[in-house]
Amino acid sequence: MCAQRKSSHPATTSFPGPEDIHRSVLSNGITILCRANFNSPSVSIAGYINAGSLFDPDDKLGLADFAASALMRGTEKHSFDGLYNELESVGASLGFDSGIHATGFHGRALVEDLPLLLVLLSETLRQPTFPEVEVEKLRHQLLTGLAIRSQDTSDMAELTFDELLFQGHPYARPEDGFPETIQAITRQDLADYHRHAFGPRGMVIVMVGAVEPKKAADAIGRVLGDWKNRDQVDALLMPELKRLDETVRRHVTIDGKSQADLIIGTNGPRRTDADYMAASLGNSVLGQFGMMGRVGKSVREKSGLAYYVYSGLSAGLGPGSWSVSAGVSPANVKKAGDLIVKELKRFIKGGVTKEELLDSQANFIGRLPLSLESNGGVAGALISMERYSLGLDYYRRYPDLVKSVTPSDVLKVARKYIDPDRLVVAVAGS
Amino acid sequence: MPEFTKTTLSNGLTVLLKEIHTAPLISSWMWYRVGSRDEAPPLTGISHLVEHMQFKGTPKYPASMMDKAISRDGGMWNAFTFLDWTTFFETMPADKIDLALRLEADRMRHSVFDEKEFASERTVVASEREGSENEPLFQLGETVQQAAFRVHSYHHEVIGDMADIKSMTRDDLYRHYRTYYVPNNAVMGVAGDFKTKEMLGRIKELFGKIPSAATPPRLARPEPEQRGEVRLSIEGQGETAYLQAAYHFPAAPHPDFFALSVLDSLLAGPSNLNMFGGGSISNKTSRLYRALVDKELAVSLSGGSTTTVDPFLYYITLTIHPKRMPDEALAALDVELRRVQDELVSKEEVARAIKQARANFAYGMENITNQAFWLGYSEMFADYGWFLAYLDKLALVKPKDVQRVAQMYFRPQNRVIGTYLPSGKGEA
Repeated sequence: MCAQRKSSHPATTSFPGPEDIHRSVLSNGITILCRANFNSPSVSIAGYINAGSLFDPDDKLGLADFAASALMRGTEKHSFDGLYNELESVGASLGFDSGIHATGFHGRALVEDLPLLLVLLSETLRQPTFPEVEVEKLRHQLLTGLAIRSQDTSDMAELTFDELLFQGHPYARPEDGFPETIQAITRQDLADYHRHAFGPRGMVIVMVGAVEPKKAADAIGRVLGDWKNRDQVDALLMPELKRLDETVRRHVTIDGKSQADLIIGTNGPRRTDADYMAASLGNSVLGQFGMMGRVGKSVREKSGLAYYVYSGLSAGLGPGSWSVSAGVSPANVKKAGDLIVKELKRFIKGGVTKEELLDSQANFIGRLPLSLESNGGVAGALISMERYSLGLDYYRRYPDLVKSVTPSDVLKVARKYIDPDRLVVAVAGS
Repeated sequence: MPEFTKTTLSNGLTVLLKEIHTAPLISSWMWYRVGSRDEAPPLTGISHLVEHMQFKGTPKYPASMMDKAISRDGGMWNAFTFLDWTTFFETMPADKIDLALRLEADRMRHSVFDEKEFASERTVVASEREGSENEPLFQLGETVQQAAFRVHSYHHEVIGDMADIKSMTRDDLYRHYRTYYVPNNAVMGVAGDFKTKEMLGRIKELFGKIPSAATPPRLARPEPEQRGEVRLSIEGQGETAYLQAAYHFPAAPHPDFFALSVLDSLLAGPSNLNMFGGGSISNKTSRLYRALVDKELAVSLSGGSTTTVDPFLYYITLTIHPKRMPDEALAALDVELRRVQDELVSKEEVARAIKQARANFAYGMENITNQAFWLGYSEMFADYGWFLAYLDKLALVKPKDVQRVAQMYFRPQNRVIGTYLPSGKGEA
């Protein structure tokens, strides 16, 4: 093997840290994080408000999602077409999406158009008018989206998986609702929800791009610093999740499909849990590393049963999930399922080898420069730091954090969550 | 824009290098001039299958070792097969790039194509195709494409027909590999944190000794002009109808491509040619959105072409509003197309399209993988100069150019209209 070749003048970019992240909190409660990147004349913003589908009544499920989409449908100063005309004319973008706990936003522009982007962000957050005509147009678009969802094997397998795993918990409900609940939402519902759920308290905004961080924070303060909302309600507390007593299975039939989607899984850690990193490294060995880890080797490489098969952790503020997903021919669902369960059993019996763990640890550390290359990548990292209280020095500590995990940590966390006799098996397809 | 160098080695391998010292990363791309257009039945999809088998190892680097080595170093690697080309890339921490270069040099010539590995990869690719077949828009797109190309080998989907995926042999694949994977049929593009002289030296060491071979032929059967509009429809599950209008369109090097890019921006929002890290500029104030989605004939629309060696297609794809029929949306689409043919667009609209393209270029610059991608990608249908001159060429477009290309290409006689009708909602 040849010796590694080092450039004599390597790039000096380092990972985000306390010295180059500007963090400040406005008096109205908005937290701002900014970092400069002058490699391209562009800028990215991202952030969230603590308002999501957790607030949705059962009979109006999809309200938060509907409202997030409707923010851009008209404001006190701009019509729907007027808003997008401003953005699209300069090649900028701005969008909202809603999850269970939060409504997120993200935008991008040439740096010369940053002032416009910030003004439109402030306007859509604070002064949406939910025009009746636009709300009805949007409703048809959402209903079409749900009709397409009902035909999508992957979407339906995920929806079914969550419904079974999180029974009795708000996480069991799809954030985009159902046709009848979308039909039930009125314009007034959207306006009421906005009045109570949207406010500066708990809001986070990050900016990364060709602007000095302090100047970026000042620019944000100028447009959002005077936002107040006395009606803002705090996020709801979540009920405890009940663990499964036994394996539950459900097959959703969708006619005329040449491939079925299969998800097998169980509960997983929160992002803030101390054993998250061990679970994450274990998950890498199970179904990520290289061409999809152990399940990839078994189901794809050796058996040729699937084009995609991988494992994933879904870890946020509340209880998470840990699952293996695959797209397989309808005739092979059982065969692929058996192979996946076999790998899960092996995983909790023997855990991971030292060698396997070292591979994934090297991968986690080595891939940092790539994941933190673009403005959007850094923006996502800053949001996670704030949302999960990881600390501004998280990426400086990260290599040690990764390396400190041992095979026995992985085995412990695997056994804590995965029980082959208490799994959810969700299938959607013909 | 940083400088680049272009060199051809004595074995015919073209190498483009561009130093970018913004992050400690290097991205390396190897492009072969072979794609689905070089295939005929019963071997449709063979280029894509060969691409898959390139991950199955050489005697020196067995499959598991290649994958593990790249992943351990925190690299990203993948490959794509398209109409005119097949490409393999690795983006690595700068001090680890040598591994990727060695792997790429080795698999240009020494891939094993093991019979057993092929047997399981064949079913993986069959599964990939089955996954695509789940999608109404794949079904529609495939039908429209085959109707648009009777003679040219752009006729079939890149993934190939299931009958061929299931019947081709290991020896068919190996022959294809040895024919097309030769240095004089390849272009290498590397961008990132290196010194050009050192990088070129290393590439010469690793690739320079690979012998050249007969330049592989390109299958080129020009598509005759279409004799009038073609309409077709397919049926399937679900509640949602789709319409696709596909217009025969010039190849990327054609001078009309730039006026058509401006027209595309106006009609359907700017197409983004970046493969990584590009923009996501919405299209809600494009002419077609205003005429079709705002007016509730469709719930969404997209439009765009791709850069190809031979003339391909410009697609407009509509998701039809649940209370409307595809023909109503098509009538409104035609009114808008007649408008760009009959009336000059404003200078402001042209300027707006140019600004949108400039923004997309800036977004693409955030990402070294994307910058390396362009070095070789542009060589597949033109050359890197095409990319460098793109914004300047766009800036020369005048309203009358837009009108002329609208009249020339957006004629009903030049298109295929395809509809996907949910069964049970069929009688349009």
